[in-house]
Amino acid sequence: MHWIGAAAVICMFLSGWAIYNASPSLPFTFPRGLTLGGWLAAGIAWHISVMWVLFADGLAYLAYGTISGHFWRDLRPTGPRALLRDFWDALRFRLPHRLGHYNAVQRLLYTAVIILICLQVLTGLSIWKPVQLAWLARLLGGYPIARNIHLAMMFCIIAFLAVHLLLVAIFPRTLVSMVASATAEEEQ
Amino acid sequence: MIRRRHVPPSVSLAEISPELAKLSRRRLLRHGLSLGSLALLTGCDLSTHSGVDAALWAMLGFNDRVQAALFNPQRLAETYPASAITRPFRFNAYYRVWEVRMVPDNWRLAVTGLVADKTPWTVDRLSGLPQQAQITRHICIEGWSQIGQWSGVPLHLFLRRVGADLRARYVAFTCFDGYSTSIDMASALHPQTILTLDFEQQPLTAEWGAPVRLRIPVKLGFKSAKNLESIAVTNTYPGGFWENQGYDWFSGV
Repeated sequence: MHWIGAAAVICMFLSGWAIYNASPSLPFTFPRGLTLGGWLAAGIAWHISVMWVLFADGLAYLAYGTISGHFWRDLRPTGPRALLRDFWDALRFRLPHRLGHYNAVQRLLYTAVIILICLQVLTGLSIWKPVQLAWLARLLGGYPIARNIHLAMMFCIIAFLAVHLLLVAIFPRTLVSMVASATAEEEQ
Repeated sequence: MIRRRHVPPSVSLAEISPELAKLSRRRLLRHGLSLGSLALLTGCDLSTHSGVDAALWAMLGFNDRVQAALFNPQRLAETYPASAITRPFRFNAYYRVWEVRMVPDNWRLAVTGLVADKTPWTVDRLSGLPQQAQITRHICIEGWSQIGQWSGVPLHLFLRRVGADLRARYVAFTCFDGYSTSIDMASALHPQTILTLDFEQQPLTAEWGAPVRLRIPVKLGFKSAKNLESIAVTNTYPGGFWENQGYDWFSGV
């Protein structure tokens, strides 16, 4: 589920950049070679095709996370003190990564990115159907504002991805549990 | 632990899963949706004959059916006060503003296809029909939007007047500037879809689509064709200038 979602999110980035390039609201465009589709129509075709993959995978993940207790067990906040302690350790690269256990920083970041992606789906729906889903567009501040939030959320998710990939690079053994299921390590 | 039944979305997953399975697994995944081969996919831009482009076109068709199902013929686009009108209003077409075509002499609006009365229309005759004004948001497929003021003859009224077959699937528009587009009958009959004669309470000038343009706030901007020369009611898919190049045909908002 993680890998289908990851591929879908990357495709949404790349095709979204092709759409952004057609009418950039910031003073830059994304390199055409980096986009999926290359031009507006193809970017949209990719975006609204992969959207279904992300939607199905996301719903399945939310159902799994709720029913299996994964969200409650692994992502539930453990309090501000634990967060400060783990954050301080993380800054000094002293935070141990034990497979199967989520420290306070991980809990916060993973919860944040799940919320960000959900918000991204909602803003996306509201700018895809601002008349049929007018209530959603209104809730998000109207079409032009929802469009800006959609762009801003994209940058937030990229920021998460940068930290996430950096940490995987520093602790490559965590990849093992991402590919095969690993048993939880005991606390030392 | 929260146990809650998932409310099915308006299009059920069961409905789309065969499509998804067929399209995304067999085609997309086989051609590699993996991160490593993304570089190969960036060449797929709807203009090639590759399997991936075929899958994208198929997904566009599937999305059009979803959009038609989501479309509520009674739901009105939001309207705004005159103070919200965007000024200056942005010109947009498939060509530059200095290439705008003047209205041909003896212009008439032709009506063809599944209609009882094929008499061409003059502007004067159109002005004689009941008019409707609107201040609505024009949303471009590129993402930008602006609020404008238009008025003219509701298309549903016009179609009834010419005795169109309202069970036909498409209404197609061709323009003397070389443009064309088409819409589904349900959207053509939407109360805010109008054959526009005025922009900001003045008769249309050439750049805003003189003498008659379509204004349809429940679709993306490129569907609001300017400089009309004919309207056809048909059951044969008519496509359009942008649609034939890959713009999503339904493009409802």
